[in-house]
Amino acid sequence: MKKYLLSLFALVIAFPAYAADTITVYSARKEHLIKPLFDAYTEKTGVKIQYITDKAGPLLARIKAEGRNTPADLFMTVDAGNLWQAAEKGVLAVTDSKILETNIPVHLRDPENRWFGLSVRARTIVYSTERIKDGELTTYEDLADAKWKGRLCLRTSKKVYNQSLVAMLIARHGEERTEQLVKGWVTNLATAPFSNDTKTMEAIAAGQCDVGIVNTYYFGRLKKKKPEIKLALFWPNQDSTGVHVNVSGAGVTKHAKNRDAATKLLEWLSSPEAQGKFASLNMEYPVNPAVEADDVVKAWGEFKSDDLNVSSAGAMQTTAIKLMDRAGYR
Amino acid sequence: MQESILDPRSEPDNNRLAGFLPRKPNKWHYTSGALALLVAVPLLVVFSGWLKPETEIWSHLADTILDQLVINTIKLVVGVGIGVVILGVSLAWLTARCEFPGRKWFDWLLMLPMAMPAYVLAFVAIGLLDFSGPVQTALRTWAGTSNIWFPEIRSTGGLITVMVIAFYPYVYMMARTAFITQGRSTLEAARMLGAGSYGVFWRIALPMARPAIAAGTTLALMETLADFGTVATFNYDTFTTAIYQAWFGFFSLQAASQLASILLLLVFVSLMLEKSSRSKSKYHDSMRSGEPPRLHLSGWRGWTVSGLLALLFLIAFLAPFIQLCLWSIEVITTDFDERYLGLLGHTLLLGALAATVTVIAGMVLGFARRFQPDRTTLVTTSLATLGYALPGSVLAVGIMVAASGFDNGINNLFESIGLDMPGQILGGSLLALVLAYVIRFMAVAFGPIETVLSRIRPSLPEAARSLGATSSQTLKAIYLPLLRPGLMTGLLLVMVDTMKEMPATLLMRPFGWDTLAVRIYEMTSEGEWERAALPAITLVFAGLIPVVLLTRRSLKRLK
Amino acid sequence: MENLLEIEKIHCGYEGHDVVDDFDLSLAPGTMISLLGPSGCGKTTVLRAIAGFEPVSSGKIHLDGRTVSSPKIRVSPERRRVGMVFQDYALFPHLDIAANIAFGLPRESAAEKKRITDRMLELVGMEGFAHRYPDELSGGQQQRVAVARALAPEPRLLLLDEPFSNLDTELRERLAIDVRDMLKEQNMAAIFVTHDQNEAFVMGDRTGVIHNGRILQFDTAFNLYHEPANRFVADFIGHGRFLQGEMLGPDKVQTRLGILHGNRAYPWDKGTKVDILLRPDDVLIDEDSPIRCFIQEKAFRGADTMYTVGMNIDSELLSLMPSRFDYKVGDEVGIEIDIDHLVLFRHQS
Repeated sequence: MKKYLLSLFALVIAFPAYAADTITVYSARKEHLIKPLFDAYTEKTGVKIQYITDKAGPLLARIKAEGRNTPADLFMTVDAGNLWQAAEKGVLAVTDSKILETNIPVHLRDPENRWFGLSVRARTIVYSTERIKDGELTTYEDLADAKWKGRLCLRTSKKVYNQSLVAMLIARHGEERTEQLVKGWVTNLATAPFSNDTKTMEAIAAGQCDVGIVNTYYFGRLKKKKPEIKLALFWPNQDSTGVHVNVSGAGVTKHAKNRDAATKLLEWLSSPEAQGKFASLNMEYPVNPAVEADDVVKAWGEFKSDDLNVSSAGAMQTTAIKLMDRAGYR
Repeated sequence: MQESILDPRSEPDNNRLAGFLPRKPNKWHYTSGALALLVAVPLLVVFSGWLKPETEIWSHLADTILDQLVINTIKLVVGVGIGVVILGVSLAWLTARCEFPGRKWFDWLLMLPMAMPAYVLAFVAIGLLDFSGPVQTALRTWAGTSNIWFPEIRSTGGLITVMVIAFYPYVYMMARTAFITQGRSTLEAARMLGAGSYGVFWRIALPMARPAIAAGTTLALMETLADFGTVATFNYDTFTTAIYQAWFGFFSLQAASQLASILLLLVFVSLMLEKSSRSKSKYHDSMRSGEPPRLHLSGWRGWTVSGLLALLFLIAFLAPFIQLCLWSIEVITTDFDERYLGLLGHTLLLGALAATVTVIAGMVLGFARRFQPDRTTLVTTSLATLGYALPGSVLAVGIMVAASGFDNGINNLFESIGLDMPGQILGGSLLALVLAYVIRFMAVAFGPIETVLSRIRPSLPEAARSLGATSSQTLKAIYLPLLRPGLMTGLLLVMVDTMKEMPATLLMRPFGWDTLAVRIYEMTSEGEWERAALPAITLVFAGLIPVVLLTRRSLKRLK
Repeated sequence: MENLLEIEKIHCGYEGHDVVDDFDLSLAPGTMISLLGPSGCGKTTVLRAIAGFEPVSSGKIHLDGRTVSSPKIRVSPERRRVGMVFQDYALFPHLDIAANIAFGLPRESAAEKKRITDRMLELVGMEGFAHRYPDELSGGQQQRVAVARALAPEPRLLLLDEPFSNLDTELRERLAIDVRDMLKEQNMAAIFVTHDQNEAFVMGDRTGVIHNGRILQFDTAFNLYHEPANRFVADFIGHGRFLQGEMLGPDKVQTRLGILHGNRAYPWDKGTKVDILLRPDDVLIDEDSPIRCFIQEKAFRGADTMYTVGMNIDSELLSLMPSRFDYKVGDEVGIEIDIDHLVLFRHQS
């Protein structure tokens, strides 16, 4: 009777969603990029998946606040910095899985196996095919050179992608050198930083500037919408560190109620069956080396990517932001 | 008003003195205190950030960007404040007191920008007017050179313009109601005393509408301070930017809370100052003696006004609306499915639910302020409306942490007495989400209700009581009908604001309760503005439903 | 007969700020009284305490023998059966006239409501206005409706708070008489609050003069005028000036204008310095009088004219003369004192 009344009470004041055979995902990766895969998984296995989407910061705060009551089994987010932070805050559990270790290269997952990259995005240089000659572009570092004065467009430093890029530069060159580089970029800016990559590319196309740094899938999207646009991608640092890459990924939460089911889902997402779709939905690169990229993406060409563990981006993120603030990069 | 000096009841402010004397708290203290507590809990969570001062982040901010952020924020608040007052009041005066071609249409057309989220307006403005946008591109093609001068849209001026256009409806709606309900006799008395029609405006109508204008401006400025989406689209750094940088960049919710609590403290102090300066001059409306005659703007004057208003409507609503429509058409075949009806249904349901609860709570606060106008009530009611000034995500986390804390407490309790743990109770529930909306939008409901309530002369309910009506009968027969314009405005504003609300909805919605705002967020955060246009336009239409309902009612009432 | 209303030493207001101070009053059924006083004297607070809107911090109010207000008891206004007419009429703007009048009759049938409403409208001479709204009526019409609305539920006591102060003078006098006759016709007990003594005297069988939260004198108009109990009442009611003098005997005073005899005796010693209240009708202008002075001001009032006459630099008197005597400012005239009621106060230096 007591129990009956209590459950009635719970029912009246709230409608908590509970189901033992349902995996709960908190995702900072957007719904339209995950739902097709979740639907496919449910169809294949009969396991239901429920999710909410939000920014990484609030979701992380929520898991932390909910503590052991959290309904979340899986935390999925974009950017290694966010994944690193989730691990730092202790909300992710170590997942030992041979499948995951096989499917995902070591530099694209947490050294302690608390999170795993599921797709790769490259942050590279985009340029105007009308105003840039062959051989003019070489490296990220070169964009700080005075010859690019008034020709560079950048997205705001508040975006985590740029924070990760600078963090990786710090990991390679140290703070002092990187600060000089970033100051050079800021001096070369043709106009105030934009709020997103698409705007940056549109400004280059319109002639406001000649080069910029963007994530490849934004370029893919713009090219799809405006095939005639006079822009192309350049792979920098091929003779040295390689193109800066980042991941979207996920980890099983510490207080997951369905740990095994969540691990299985994660394994499936890294499998050849899911990887193609997972990456191509957002015109990204698969993490699983056995899976080929989508044709559109492949057409941009092969490149050497930075093989420094992406978790360095997280470790250096605070340093990177402070550095950018000092350098006047808004 | 012979007795006003010594009659504490008919002029409640004179017993503010009583606030200094120890008096037993009464039911109004308890109710307003309870509502204040509801808001205070998440705010306390925010303030608790100080338990672990983040000196390192503070000194970094102070060394680098903090001074610029403060200057930027002041510029923005001053600019938006002046802008919304000038635009909102003059539009209200024109539509409420003047007659010109198309006036009846503009009456409600000018409210429509309310339904357009500011961040959407910001994106459309930049999309159209930036260097790479169609306007400048066309100009360059036409001039045959890339060296043309064009005002920089991504600038302080551009941002202020966008925010003024997005937020003026708050002032417009409240000032308009105030102007319409000002009695003919007061204004005519002023004319008889020799004031010209401009004199009447400056010396009588404007001061009488001041509480309404102040309430509207307060809302606009609180929203300006809390805004993140719009300033982020402009890449304009304000105090809010620092809050988000501390959180998402430095991963320090503590530092973010500390910054946010400073913002809150400032807003709280200015609210108290504004309210106490206002309570010295309270205007009970004189007997409504008919709508005052309108000033007829004939010939070219009338048409000039119509033309300017049409231009404003074009910029503030029509252009972004058309742009959204064009984008929507591109994706309607791929993105529109039956799930859309679900999104729309959730949006409307949450909006209506939140609006109803918030307006009831706002009314209770209004009554507390009216019946117990002392210091305690002033503090509790101001506190209860603070939720609007906090950046949405910070408040959402505060509420979420409070709800989770409640859940954890219950669970620990159950565990300690050996019962099965019930798991989440508040967290992820509809109740918690609606509470979050109430906390966030209390100010939005309270403003218009308090404005209308302050215009109900105390003698009306007293007359009802002396005629044998109990207090609940008086509420039903006198207060509710007379409050209706304020209640309706409150319902409309909260409903539209709830439907546009993102951070709390995202973080606290129960599973499956996606709304249009959630969909907009999904698309815009990845820069897919074209695909965001479809939910955005649906949201505008959903927002139009209450706007149209409200204006039809208020038009009917005036007939 | 038992009194309808009994007020025992009530205090209202906050500690140290008594607005009503030790106030006593009683009222028999069917009588009408006025409470008269300057702005801020506390008269409205008394009215609101009777109606139940104002708590009393000490003392008691009884209605029909039952305590309705005391520091512990406060019967709510709607249960007192006390009607009130407000200074601003307080008509409900969202209800038409019929609905306003029927507001106090929630339990009556529709037919009964209509009957009472029609009767009330007839009583106040507002037939045909049932379906108008308050904002369509003039001030005087709104006033009549307010009275009708207050009378409709047949209260045992009607309170009127400055009901005519928002009307113009002419309308005010006419309406005051109309309302008094209406109330008398209904045999209604009523308390009327005003700062205008003419209204007070029209409306009240007796009038209480209030100052600083106390009743200073409660009496007929005649007595308030001719036998003021203290200097404040003397000053506040009617016009008049004080003339200095010295007691010669209990009813005899020596003044600069000669020896004055009165109709009552004062207990003060011979030689006590006193002030004598001289009403304008006590001072006659008489060409033959040896007491000479000048006309300083004149105010033509129709049937009579009020003159201010100066005796010397620091002293002046008022004189009311039929207007057929037409003196000019600056004329030298003689005056004569013709006094029935000798009103004296000890001189205050």
